[in-house]
Amino acid sequence: MAKIPYKWYKILAILLLGYTLIYGLLIPLPADVGMLDETIRNLFYHVPMWFGMMIILMIAWIYSILYLQNQNPKHEIIARALTFTGILMGLCGLFTGMFWGYNTWGSPWTNDPKLNGVAVGMTMYAGYWLIQKSVDDGEKKARLASVYNIFIFPLFIALIFVMPKLAKFSIHPGSGESVNFKTYNKTYNMEMVFYPAIIGWTLFFVWIAEIRARYEILKQRKENEKLFA
Amino acid sequence: MKNFLLNTVIADITPQVTESLFRTSGKIYVVVGILTIIFSLITIYLIRLDAKITKLETASK
Repeated sequence: MAKIPYKWYKILAILLLGYTLIYGLLIPLPADVGMLDETIRNLFYHVPMWFGMMIILMIAWIYSILYLQNQNPKHEIIARALTFTGILMGLCGLFTGMFWGYNTWGSPWTNDPKLNGVAVGMTMYAGYWLIQKSVDDGEKKARLASVYNIFIFPLFIALIFVMPKLAKFSIHPGSGESVNFKTYNKTYNMEMVFYPAIIGWTLFFVWIAEIRARYEILKQRKENEKLFA
Repeated sequence: MKNFLLNTVIADITPQVTESLFRTSGKIYVVVGILTIIFSLITIYLIRLDAKITKLETASK
């Protein structure tokens, strides 16, 4: 069953997200956050998109491996739902990042290692979507997509996480020699929202993925019934 | 002396400038309220969607 047998995680997601949305806007900021000013509150909304996306895509990666191991079609459906939700989260992160960058750096896109890594990575995931949409044979599609997913996830992490960290220069916080979260968080109260925000957003999108997976499984079952009726 | 006093006063109030600018009008609470409404409606929508799918699942078992 794709349904996660625990209700508490949905309640937790709602509570944490409600807290993040309200308190994230009201929390007193450290006095000196440089040019970011009030926009540093985006730390509770833009950054968790990427963290959550990495977590969700990693679960999808594990499900893809499971599918190749035991050929259970449900695992492939779960992997697909999670990957598409991860892509949605990545797009949310991308567009919020472009908007934030436009207002802070003066340009929605800079030739930064982090941004270029994301551009290549999202293109690889567009390839995953293409496989899902273009291959007709169900089992062949499932196997192709799983193998592809297993290949691209580590590459994606290398592109958006490892390479920017190794880069000499980066304007994006948290990569290269640039500032990171700890530089600005002088009063140590932003963690109080930041970590709940990551957990809350991730669980919320896991919930969306769960609904999608359950819908796909129901659809599959309906089609099988039609086949044998 | 006068300058010194003025400087201390300025140094005293500067850290709170952004803070007070952000809150003086109290309009930020309007934004918080609107976000709360949007978020609760999305949540209710998701809960209802979840319930509908659960119903379908039990029906097709």
